[in-house]
Amino acid sequence: MEKAKLTKIANEIRKGIVTEVYEAKSGHPGGSLSAAELFAYLYFEEMNIDPKDPKNPDRDRFVLSKGHTAPGFYAALANRGYFPVEDLKTFRHIGSYLQGHPDMKHTPGVDMSSGSLGQGISAAVGMALSAKMSQKSYRVYTLLGDGEIQEGQVWEAAMFAGYRKLDNLVVIVDNNGLQIDGRIENVCSPYPIDEKWKAFHFHVINVADGNDLEQLDAAFSEVRQIKGKPTAIIMKTVKGKGVSFMENKAGWHGKAPNDEEYEQAMAELEKAGEGE
Amino acid sequence: MTEKKKIATRESYGNALVELGKKYEDVVVLDADLAGATKTGTFLKAFPERHIDCGIAECNMMGIAAGLSTTGKVPFASTFAMFAAGRAFEQIRNSIGYPHLNVKIGATHAGISVGEDGATHQCNEDIALMRTIPGMVIVNPADDIEARAAVEAAYEHQGPVYLRFGRLAVPVINDRDDYKFELGKGIVLREGKDLAIIATGLCVSRALEAAEQLAADGIEARVINIHTIKPLDEELVVEAAEETQKVVTVEEHSVIGGLGSAVAEVLGEQYPVRMMRIGIQDVFGESGPAEKLLEKYGLDAESIYGKVKAFLKKEA
Repeated sequence: MEKAKLTKIANEIRKGIVTEVYEAKSGHPGGSLSAAELFAYLYFEEMNIDPKDPKNPDRDRFVLSKGHTAPGFYAALANRGYFPVEDLKTFRHIGSYLQGHPDMKHTPGVDMSSGSLGQGISAAVGMALSAKMSQKSYRVYTLLGDGEIQEGQVWEAAMFAGYRKLDNLVVIVDNNGLQIDGRIENVCSPYPIDEKWKAFHFHVINVADGNDLEQLDAAFSEVRQIKGKPTAIIMKTVKGKGVSFMENKAGWHGKAPNDEEYEQAMAELEKAGEGE
Repeated sequence: MTEKKKIATRESYGNALVELGKKYEDVVVLDADLAGATKTGTFLKAFPERHIDCGIAECNMMGIAAGLSTTGKVPFASTFAMFAAGRAFEQIRNSIGYPHLNVKIGATHAGISVGEDGATHQCNEDIALMRTIPGMVIVNPADDIEARAAVEAAYEHQGPVYLRFGRLAVPVINDRDDYKFELGKGIVLREGKDLAIIATGLCVSRALEAAEQLAADGIEARVINIHTIKPLDEELVVEAAEETQKVVTVEEHSVIGGLGSAVAEVLGEQYPVRMMRIGIQDVFGESGPAEKLLEKYGLDAESIYGKVKAFLKKEA
């Protein structure tokens, strides 16, 4: 892993996120920012993909089960070369191929339409199962929110994947601790998250800081060693990470910055970029 | 009249899947712990490596089917109509319909002819629900021959298809050499100028019987079999209205949102005529033997005959 390169990309993804929700005057910055390092790691280090051949049948797949964090996903895809970074400004605009939630029919690099929470993981399981049935070696990654795992379908999918020993499936839970109505433990606590996935026969990796690329690198290296089980990476992150006034604020789950906030956010990110 | 051979269309589904599996490697069948009842057990026996039992988790099954289809497989996701169109509606809408994935939904045990299991399992709303999903094709076959043809046609069609099958054995009525199944094309089974009876699914054979009784009274009813409810054969429906001026629809489904509604929508816009919708009249079903329930809820030939007579009397 080239840490400096990935750090810079994560910062570019953050700028993309802030730009998208600012230009759209809507969208979900908080949970996009918390997963910026994860998006950078998956698309620039981990996954076997080619932006010039986005439909290659042997490619690794990614399903953004927490589909509302599309701004982070799109920023990663744009920076990786699936489409122009400039187009991020059309996010959520009428006629844009960058829909409010991922749309596989119109956006290059999107492997599955998602957005209704709890559904993406099932599709990811289907993709992983297909690889096993056809003796293909591609891997499937899916990112879930920690609030999302309150959906019952997540555990239907987990039960199936664990039972079927889908070791080509990697579930990542973004444990930023906040959902729309507040702290997850105050709304309807999913804790202990790791024990739940263990009980469903997943190999579980706890990442103490999911905004630390080295910790992500260690986790994904461990994933490669695991045979006969799917893996769940539970990564503790900071919602709104990288924009000081958005950090750890549930209010920034689904809100766009005003002009002043936008300027401040971009100034902070520019500065962070220079500091590298 | 000689007694017709009777086969439940869910049996036809299972048998057709085996034939499909022999021809096409990409066919996979999913179940939610009901392989015995949906009759996909035949496929499981023939191709165990291509049958996936998801357990009692229909929402996840639809998502898995969606994921499988993105990799080029052609999944047939099977369960009761209640748990497919009902419980997993939103999964079908968002994970299959919205991305227009090539998933086939095999929904068995539709309608009140489920029988003794009662109202919780008698789905009279599935057609209404599925009709609202853009791009969804809905087929409700009338007999064994049509059901098997529908499965093959669903495979050949690119995109989501909702196939509606029944638990009850129904007479084979399409056993003739000139029978041809085409998605979206209705079939005129009987000519007539006095009124048109447009029926679907297991009601088609009953509508034909009712038409025979009407003929004995000197009333010539045109009988049309609409196996594909979406896209609806609008041309055939409008033509029937133009030529008979009176239209009766018959379906084992709520009169809200099903075939009757679809026909009324088309005629309301293109050629308004007096209509009567025979179906489940906005009520829940109940436990009982299937045939007795069909009688009680007015879907046997005798009831259809009586309702048509009353409709014509009111018209006169």
